[in-house]
Amino acid sequence: MNMLKLGWKYLMVKPWNTGLNILLLALGLSIITVLILIQDQFENKMNRDAAGIDLVVGAKGSPLQLVLSSVYHIDFPTGNIPLDEAGKLSANRLIKNTIPMGLGDNYQGYRIVGTNHDYLELYGTEFASGQAWRQPFDVVLGSVVAERLELEVGDTFVGSHGIAAASHEHDEHPYKVVGVLGSGGNVVDQLILTSIESVWYSHDDEHDHEKMEQEVATTGLPEITADETREITTLLVQYRNPIAAVQLPRMVNSRTSLQAASPSFEISRLFELLGVGISLIRGLALVIVSIAALGIFIALYNSLKERKYDLAVMRAIGASKGQLFFLIILEGLMLTSMGALFGILIGHFFLFILVMFNEQGVMSGLTASVFLRREWWIVVYALIVGVLASLIPAWNAYRTDIATQLTK
Amino acid sequence: MISVDSIQFAYNKDQTFIIPDFEIKGGEALLVLGKSGSGKTTLLNIMGGLLAPQQGQVLIDGVSVYALKGNKRDKFRGKHIGIIFQKPHILAPLTVEENISLPRFFVNKPSNEKVDHFLSELDILDKKRSTIQTLSEGEAQRVSIARALVNEPKVILADEPTASLDDENAKIVVNLLKEQAAKLNAALLIVTHDQRIKDQIEQRITITRKDL
Repeated sequence: MNMLKLGWKYLMVKPWNTGLNILLLALGLSIITVLILIQDQFENKMNRDAAGIDLVVGAKGSPLQLVLSSVYHIDFPTGNIPLDEAGKLSANRLIKNTIPMGLGDNYQGYRIVGTNHDYLELYGTEFASGQAWRQPFDVVLGSVVAERLELEVGDTFVGSHGIAAASHEHDEHPYKVVGVLGSGGNVVDQLILTSIESVWYSHDDEHDHEKMEQEVATTGLPEITADETREITTLLVQYRNPIAAVQLPRMVNSRTSLQAASPSFEISRLFELLGVGISLIRGLALVIVSIAALGIFIALYNSLKERKYDLAVMRAIGASKGQLFFLIILEGLMLTSMGALFGILIGHFFLFILVMFNEQGVMSGLTASVFLRREWWIVVYALIVGVLASLIPAWNAYRTDIATQLTK
Repeated sequence: MISVDSIQFAYNKDQTFIIPDFEIKGGEALLVLGKSGSGKTTLLNIMGGLLAPQQGQVLIDGVSVYALKGNKRDKFRGKHIGIIFQKPHILAPLTVEENISLPRFFVNKPSNEKVDHFLSELDILDKKRSTIQTLSEGEAQRVSIARALVNEPKVILADEPTASLDDENAKIVVNLLKEQAAKLNAALLIVTHDQRIKDQIEQRITITRKDL
């Protein structure tokens, strides 16, 4: 016999009551678990994906939309910008480097992004197989795309217009897979990368077969002939020095037809907006946890009324007041620690379901299999709830008058 | 050995229990007779360290029970005093074995061998893993006796142990208590109003209540 077993035996006198109290607490804690997991991973993901990008320049519109569409690939682009304007901006002395991007097509919901090899360097990508694109319509697949679509080097596919699945197909221009990237745990895993030229040529009405044989630009902006008018969607900008952060966005926004948006600023703004919702959900979870704590208190308090004789018998056969106090506290702790354990597991399961149903959306790249140190605080928090909920019943047990109870 | 010296106890100003001084040596038994309300259970509670008297002392092997405070008295009671209640009062969520091992757990003693020993002594070894609900009244009383004996106490206090038993079982239980007390060299005190058992124990005292 030991105290744990003794407490458990008494909890199992009313298994349904015990089970429901544990479940209620677990549900409240599972919401907190999901919030912690999403918040932590989402912030990390957002920061990781935007690392190295100081400014995004695109068409006028919502700056947040520009950042979401160009950096995180989770919104529609604000429009296109003329290549010559992008070229002029790239030549600015405050800019160290620019990476052009051409968006607008997808393959089975995965975005086809026209860019150059600097984009691969920006995210430090490594090839699992094959190599980077050299010619129009060569593509490199992110690891998730290759895995989910079961594509490998040498395979071909036809892209669709638009950035969501089920749009019309560019069946005249099949893409050829020339490389597959290893998993980087960032936005690139979900993309199909190709040259800017591929994006242009797939939308051209006339097809120049000579161009298809030429090498594409691997850095900077693609060169075009004087009679050509081309557009790109956005420019990812890296500053040359800190002064650029002060001067460049203002200059772009006021003196050009373009729009400049800072990813770090826009994401902070997004988190502020989301913060209200997160606080509300967290508040709801705390209410559920409080109800669960009240339930545990009532369960222990009521069970104590029924157990007074048992407690008196225990005292008569040698249990000290302290042992009975500890027994009741232990029962509260057992309930809440099980609630915490199940809550954390249910929370991870919730996230698993959320990610499963949102593979290509904002939840992509999140994982339910990561256990964070912060989750230990859920256990600590639950144990505190357990002690608080069992304190009054335990005190009543401590004060049990043996003689009075035994003579009743 | 247990001795009771100059004990007086009153629940209120109008009522005093007068308890004569007595002494029970190890291996001996004493029957305390009295009508309902005469203070038999009060005496048992006082001797068991459960109810402090206003006056007098209870000595067990020279240790004054009420000189011990709080936790020390609880542990002393657990180790040296075995109490058998009028009803078996076995803890329902626990099995027979767990009920009997509980007193040893509370005083931090290992339990296995002693539990089996007393289960065997009381002829209920086959009920070791049984739940309380499956026991007959006689078996339940034996479990409560085994629980009182498992720490090999110096004093065994029994409160109306035969009240709910038929003649035959009443006789068996008293003999069992006497036999075990002798084996453990423990002082046995039985408080009862059951006249059926008065011939089984030679030493007897009667207590009375004094209404003022």
